[in-house]
Amino acid sequence: MFQWTQKWVFALLSCLGMQNALAESTVNMPYGVTRMSHDIYNLHMITFYICCGIGVVVFSVLFYSIYKYRRSRGAKAANFHEHPGVEIIWTLIPFLILVGLAIPATIVLKDIHNTNESDLIIKITGYQWKWKYEYLDQGISFFSNLATPQIQIDDPQKTKNEWFLLEVDNPMVIPVHKKVKILLTSNDVIHDWWLPAFGVKQDAIPGYINENWIQVDTPGIYRGQCGELCGAYHGFMPIVVQVVPEEEFEQWVAAHMLNKTAVSNGRKAT
Amino acid sequence: MNLTDDMATAHDHADHGPAKGLKRWLFTTNHKDIGTLYLLLSLTMFFVAGIMALVVRIELFEPGKVWVTPEFFNQMTTLHGLIMVFGVIMPAMAGFANWMIPMMVGAPDMALPRLNNWSFWLLPFAFLLLSLPLLRELVGMASHLIGLNLFAGAGAAPDYGWTFYAPLSTTYGPDSTDYMIFAIHMMGISSILAAINIVVTIFNMRAPGMTWMRLPMFVWGWLVTAFLLLAVMPVLAGCVTMMLMDRHFHTAFFEAAGGGDPILFQHIFWFFGHPEVYILILPGFGIISEVVQTFSRKRLFGYSFMVAATITIAFLGYIVWMHHMFTTGAPYAAQLFFMYATMLIAVPTGVKVFNWVTTIFKGELTFETPMLFALGFLVMFTIGGFSGVMLAIAPADYQYRGSYFVVAHFHYVLVSGSLFAIFAGVYFWLPKWTGHMYNETLGKWHFWLSAISMNLTFFPMHFVGLAGMPRRIPDYALQFTNFNQIATVGAVIFGLSQLLFLAIVIRSCQKHKAGVNEHLPDNVWDGGRSLEWTRLPTPVPYHTFETVPEIGPNDTH
Amino acid sequence: MTTDRKYKNKRLIWQLSVGVVFMFGFCYLLVPLYTLICNHLGINGRGDFFVRDVDPNVKADLSRTIKVDFSTTVHGDFPFVFKSVTHHLSIHPGEKKLVYFYAENQSAQGITVQAIPSITPDDAAKYLKKTQCFCFTQQYFAPGERADMPVYFYLEPNLPKEIKEVTLSYSLFDARQYLKNEKPYTEGRIDL
Ligand SMILES: [Cu+2]
Ligand SMILES: [Cu+2]
Repeated sequence: MFQWTQKWVFALLSCLGMQNALAESTVNMPYGVTRMSHDIYNLHMITFYICCGIGVVVFSVLFYSIYKYRRSRGAKAANFHEHPGVEIIWTLIPFLILVGLAIPATIVLKDIHNTNESDLIIKITGYQWKWKYEYLDQGISFFSNLATPQIQIDDPQKTKNEWFLLEVDNPMVIPVHKKVKILLTSNDVIHDWWLPAFGVKQDAIPGYINENWIQVDTPGIYRGQCGELCGAYHGFMPIVVQVVPEEEFEQWVAAHMLNKTAVSNGRKAT
Repeated sequence: MNLTDDMATAHDHADHGPAKGLKRWLFTTNHKDIGTLYLLLSLTMFFVAGIMALVVRIELFEPGKVWVTPEFFNQMTTLHGLIMVFGVIMPAMAGFANWMIPMMVGAPDMALPRLNNWSFWLLPFAFLLLSLPLLRELVGMASHLIGLNLFAGAGAAPDYGWTFYAPLSTTYGPDSTDYMIFAIHMMGISSILAAINIVVTIFNMRAPGMTWMRLPMFVWGWLVTAFLLLAVMPVLAGCVTMMLMDRHFHTAFFEAAGGGDPILFQHIFWFFGHPEVYILILPGFGIISEVVQTFSRKRLFGYSFMVAATITIAFLGYIVWMHHMFTTGAPYAAQLFFMYATMLIAVPTGVKVFNWVTTIFKGELTFETPMLFALGFLVMFTIGGFSGVMLAIAPADYQYRGSYFVVAHFHYVLVSGSLFAIFAGVYFWLPKWTGHMYNETLGKWHFWLSAISMNLTFFPMHFVGLAGMPRRIPDYALQFTNFNQIATVGAVIFGLSQLLFLAIVIRSCQKHKAGVNEHLPDNVWDGGRSLEWTRLPTPVPYHTFETVPEIGPNDTH
Repeated sequence: MTTDRKYKNKRLIWQLSVGVVFMFGFCYLLVPLYTLICNHLGINGRGDFFVRDVDPNVKADLSRTIKVDFSTTVHGDFPFVFKSVTHHLSIHPGEKKLVYFYAENQSAQGITVQAIPSITPDDAAKYLKKTQCFCFTQQYFAPGERADMPVYFYLEPNLPKEIKEVTLSYSLFDARQYLKNEKPYTEGRIDL
């Protein structure tokens, strides 16, 4: 029932043609590559259009009044100053619009919390200032550091890489179509794992775990950044996720199992 | 302090004018002097924090390091935020409260004039304390240039954002955090004393006939704000005290190692922080109500609904704090509750906007500078309100939070909201205070430059935020370059335009000091409805309403 | 100024001051209140974990199988190994399980640690119950000491139907700054 309502609501939204229109440009939220990012994008756009609608009404009245009722045009002030009926109307209408918005929002929020039936679990730990990815069932664990050379940051004359500040040495690798559950925690301060194209943002909090999930349908390389101020180099701990076909993922896992010890591990102890 | 004595002073000074020189300002208990002091402090801090904003914007002019280190960048964003909130908006609003509330309710002064002096003079020292680590650092840098090495091992200024989340500010915070904690304590005490004073004045000093429903909207806005202050400033004080204990006395309120929880910090902080947002805007709503009805020459539409909406906003403001924490991980049910409550705030806020617009509808409008700022407020605050509604939608908020979209949102609410309201208020009452009409042409230039550059600065931030640019980063990926450059250009123009404002204000004060009398009418804008316009001469004398006025039904509306 | 107004002012000032003092106290009251609410709702993955005795009437609900994953983190930078011996298992709600976590102090000093438990999804937190756990108290590890530490737990049978996977995670903190004078809970700990 729930699923059905959800599909229906979003099918309707898609029909309104708000899907890919602005998604490609950098002026809007990316439409993304997961069901979650599509849902969030649609919610975002419908709220935006509703706001625009209200804005048009309110600002039309405002600008009309500014134009029409100026003293220099000989306007004389009217005398009315209250009307309970009008007040009730403009309390009720926004309220009903908000109820209308709350329904799809409630449904999507439920979906964010649904981490069940995952195919793969990755634990992500935030460090000052890098990410650590651990594939719990595969026993793979590695750090992911910023790969942009420091000189490109310090020297304005140097040409910058295409993915300046959005490139890492070891990206997180996940298989396409699989539901990946991510567990987040932190080794020091609060970080936040944010990947816009997946519609995922979740805080990494020291001492506690958080979870979210990803299911990507298009292979590719996706980039994000830390979303919570975590000290001086908060802007320098990007996130790169490589989504690959399942066979390729299996090969990657096998390769990693082989030279597990060779992978930079950071802490001497483990 | 003997409170009974304190109350008596209101009449002690009845017969003589202001004292001379520095003593006048240090020991004054006159509400107009104290109001002026608050406004001057606010003006000074406005430029200090504004320069910090420009440091930030210039660093963000292009990808790669432009001129400051990431460490210094974070100190700039942090102090810019803290000072703008506590040192600019709040003191400016308190300045208006001091100047206008006694006159608007028909009282000779605030109820507790000596306490009033105290609550002001705490503030300069609070901000000195807050900026001390930065000053130390700047002096250190300067001395380095001339070969000296002053303050070499001194730590950084606060650098964890104005929200100072634990454990970044506790376990990982620089030494200067303690300066910030004590500075916040002092500001907190100052705000609480001011709030008590305002509540007592409004409750007990109203002239006979000045009933609750005849109070000007500005007074209502401040009354509600004062109650918000009394309720949440102690919580902030408690919060920073816990930080202090965690840092020095081995408690573990926010440290998981000792059984605490960093998320508890965010709950406490935002329990203060969300109402704080309304503390910053409700007095502004009041100013806008006064200005809009004056320049429409028409009674404020739906007065009683405006009052109700203000109270509703304040009430709802207490139960929505967790909307700042949607991504920290919370049970579904809790997120739903806070999402619904947050969305609900749009209703009373909408009511206010609709009432203002209806007040303008069929009015008799003129467009002097105060009205221009009020109209700018109406349009751009509403835009900030729209992005607020978008942020309330929890699943979408997952993507907005921590991005430049949020930065755009709260600058629309605070710059074109609170700050424009303050500008409107200054232009509105400056002639009444000084007896001198500011230069209208310059005022209009100030408005248009501010409004255009404000949009130039903050509108592109919506775009980069949505496209994935996190806030509080000193450097960014290449695709965000264009919009950041526009924002920087806008910010520089905005900053420079404020020099016009400074010039206008200084000019008025000079003329006032020189005793130039322009014989402005009492009701300067011929549409003012509250007592300062209808019952007092221009410029207002040092002491007003020594004899208690009788207020009738026609007096305020 | 009339004495009447002086009296009224004084009374109002007192009332407001009491309010201010109350709100300051309320801030501190928020701490236990928060713990209470967290434990009740499972906010931030916390729950009322500890039960002395298992209710003998608890019956395993064989119709459902829940996958439980274990995750471990050594917080900060101190030379400790901390791993779960079992990575994951499947249990029925109501079924009790004993699992071990391995810890090793690799430093030349004695270290007192505190494990902080956390459970996702949040809505599952309050249904996970433990009768034995090394996180109940701080644990002391002599230089080089190694041990398997037990967790004896079960999921309550009234665990919401939509929850099919649960993660139990521990973060190990260096607790030397926060030493408590308590007898460590070492029941079932196997020193190696
Ligand atoms: Cu960060
Ligand atoms: Cu808020």
